[in-house]
Amino acid sequence: MRIFISLFAGSLFGAGLLISGITDTTKVQGWLDVFGNWDPTLAFVMGGAILPMLIAWRLTGNRQPLTGGQFPTMSQSDPDRRLILGSVMFGMGWGLAGLCPGPAIASLTYGGYGGVVFLIAMIAGMYAAPTLGAKLDRTANAA
Amino acid sequence: MQTEYLWGLAGGLLIGLGAAVYLLGNGRIMGASGILGGLVDKSDRTVERLSFLAGVIGMPFLLRPLLSPQPETHLTSNIAVVIAAGLLVGVGTRVANGCTSGHGVCGISRFSMRGIVATIVYIAAGGVTIALLRHVWGLI
Repeated sequence: MRIFISLFAGSLFGAGLLISGITDTTKVQGWLDVFGNWDPTLAFVMGGAILPMLIAWRLTGNRQPLTGGQFPTMSQSDPDRRLILGSVMFGMGWGLAGLCPGPAIASLTYGGYGGVVFLIAMIAGMYAAPTLGAKLDRTANAA
Repeated sequence: MQTEYLWGLAGGLLIGLGAAVYLLGNGRIMGASGILGGLVDKSDRTVERLSFLAGVIGMPFLLRPLLSPQPETHLTSNIAVVIAAGLLVGVGTRVANGCTSGHGVCGISRFSMRGIVATIVYIAAGGVTIALLRHVWGLI
């Protein structure tokens, strides 16, 4: 059941990424390009995606997920160094190429050679992340 | 309103619906970097993660031929830029523990301070990157 739900959710996600147009890197870079020919499409995508989730979070109160277990609790920790520095790095990469993880995965079958290279580099970055994150914590403690 | 905005909105609703199904069904946050990163870290729930990714990759493959014009990625052909960007996105999303789907869609919709702050920071960082590379240095 959980595997079927995962496949179904992934299919909805993939379909949404495709038809929203945000696997097109020019649209993402257009959204980030406030000093150029600004493209607001991404705001519609984000707004559209947040709507069903506003309802979904309301439905979680005092209930259980369909397949049992518990709903994820909200992290009580404040925004920290890791969150900020990680998001800065992510934002820089996102601006450079116009791809974030979801669209990079969704466009695997039509993103060509460059798309595959991006995905491999992203996975390599994910391998390196725990080590780099730990280094970040050590420099924070030393400071 | 331009048709592109309506497609954006429709696609966004599907993305949010996928996140809602994943949350209400499996009790998990639908974050692309978290689901893929969990495989990289050899974390738990491998089969669930793989079947999610099969949907994310498979559905666009099946639907794309039906669309006109067919979506293209228009990714830069500068391979050094592609590699640098991929590394930054991979490291950054795992260190920050989330990307556009996890922090952006799932975090903002539950009014999570961490999700809201992360989203503001990565959009600002992306905006500064584009402003510098495109308008100051004229590189992309």
